Amino acid sequence: MDQPAILRVENIVKTIGGQRILDDVSFAVKKGGLKVLIGPSGAGKSTLLSCINFLSPPDSGVISLDGKPVNGKSKKELLALRQQVGMIFQDFNLFDHLSAMENVRVALIKVKGLDKRAATNRAMEELARVGLADKPSLYPAQLSGGQKQRVSVARALALDPKVLLLDEPTSALDPELIGEVLTVIRDLADEGMTMVMATHQISFSASLADEFLFMEKGRIVERGAPAVLLSRNSGSRTQSFCAKLSELAGDASCEIAS
Amino acid sequence: MEGFLKAALASWEALPYILGGLWWTAGLILGAMALGLAFGVPLAVAHVYGGRLARRLVSGYVWLFRGVPILVQLYLFYFGIMAYLSELPALSFLPLSSGFFSAVVVLGLTSAAYQSQIFRGAMQSLPAGQLKAARALGLSDGQAIRAIILPQALRLSIPAWSNEYSILLKDSALAFTIGVLEVMARTRSVAAVTHQPLPLSILAGALFFFLTWAGIKTLKRLEAKVRIPGYAHQGTL
Repeated sequence: MDQPAILRVENIVKTIGGQRILDDVSFAVKKGGLKVLIGPSGAGKSTLLSCINFLSPPDSGVISLDGKPVNGKSKKELLALRQQVGMIFQDFNLFDHLSAMENVRVALIKVKGLDKRAATNRAMEELARVGLADKPSLYPAQLSGGQKQRVSVARALALDPKVLLLDEPTSALDPELIGEVLTVIRDLADEGMTMVMATHQISFSASLADEFLFMEKGRIVERGAPAVLLSRNSGSRTQSFCAKLSELAGDASCEIAS
Repeated sequence: MEGFLKAALASWEALPYILGGLWWTAGLILGAMALGLAFGVPLAVAHVYGGRLARRLVSGYVWLFRGVPILVQLYLFYFGIMAYLSELPALSFLPLSSGFFSAVVVLGLTSAAYQSQIFRGAMQSLPAGQLKAARALGLSDGQAIRAIILPQALRLSIPAWSNEYSILLKDSALAFTIGVLEVMARTRSVAAVTHQPLPLSILAGALFFFLTWAGIKTLKRLEAKVRIPGYAHQGTL
């Protein structure tokens, strides 16, 4: 297990408007690993994810991909990093003027430099992978929330990312649509995709994650294997947070789905 | 009464001459809209994404052209700037002493100021997530603006753009003051012969009305043609 980390995040600090959003955050993910960020809203989970691909550049700290620290000042390195780190957003952010297929294809043409035909084929493959082979010509406004999120997964996967960042991928979905997106995420985990995911779907992610990172006020205040953190007598912050969530949702207990 | 009939008849005979002015008017408006588009889009992009200095420069440009009356600009360009530039041998390939050229430049630069604000508003109305998603995929800012932002912003701009068209069309009538033989100039010169300006003014009004109608109809069709599927009924009850 002493495989080197594919993504390493070291001592990230980020201040926005005088407020310290991230305070010395560090973690590392190995190939095929899945780290899950948990914590109350405002804890800094989204900001941490967007620091990793420099959508919101960190004030200090180091992001390394494949052992190489990324120089945030270099445009070229940034674009290369973003090609290798896919991102899934809470509210999908599909390009509204492009069909599902074109959404997946656009970066293949613009970023990877594929010709139109090769890019189209690849885009169709990715849509099939998320179960949308029959909907390539529909536009975002014609898709359900779950379908939109699956298109956005296909869009990210098309670039063959080494790491996928997921920022609450099911939080904007109607309850009955969450399942189809979780299924796609589970498949990705099974296929060995390296992921960092912020989510409130604690019991779902417990079965997939190798580590939970519990964040509060810009720091990782607790980390460990889901089974350990969630065990009933652990007295962990994660456990009490999870218990509170499930109480609010009125569903069963905060147990690990096997 | 007899005088009026005589004048009406003379006007009728002059009709082909007046209608010939439609070409000049159409040329003015197409040239000015195209110039305004070609300058307005980069101005808007610079305003929204170019940082503080670029924003200041664009604002200055917009204030200048919004603040100075078209008629004053026509004189400044035709009798001033263009007259001066026409003496430079390096620019001899341009028809700088033509009133038509000056009018297209003035109307185009003014329209660029207005159009830039139309496009700016449309770009800023797009959700921030569009640019974020494009960047996250590794598109450069330039690629993102060209492939993601502008195609959406320009669609949203069409209704305001057709408004700009109708305003610019009527501003183009001022070009007669620097000798462009467009619709207004021709009706005025015929009226000077018949001494009956009223029927000719009505005719000029009707021709401008027709051009406004035709242009706006065309833009409405364009708007429907490029409408994003699924958004067809947005904003309707």
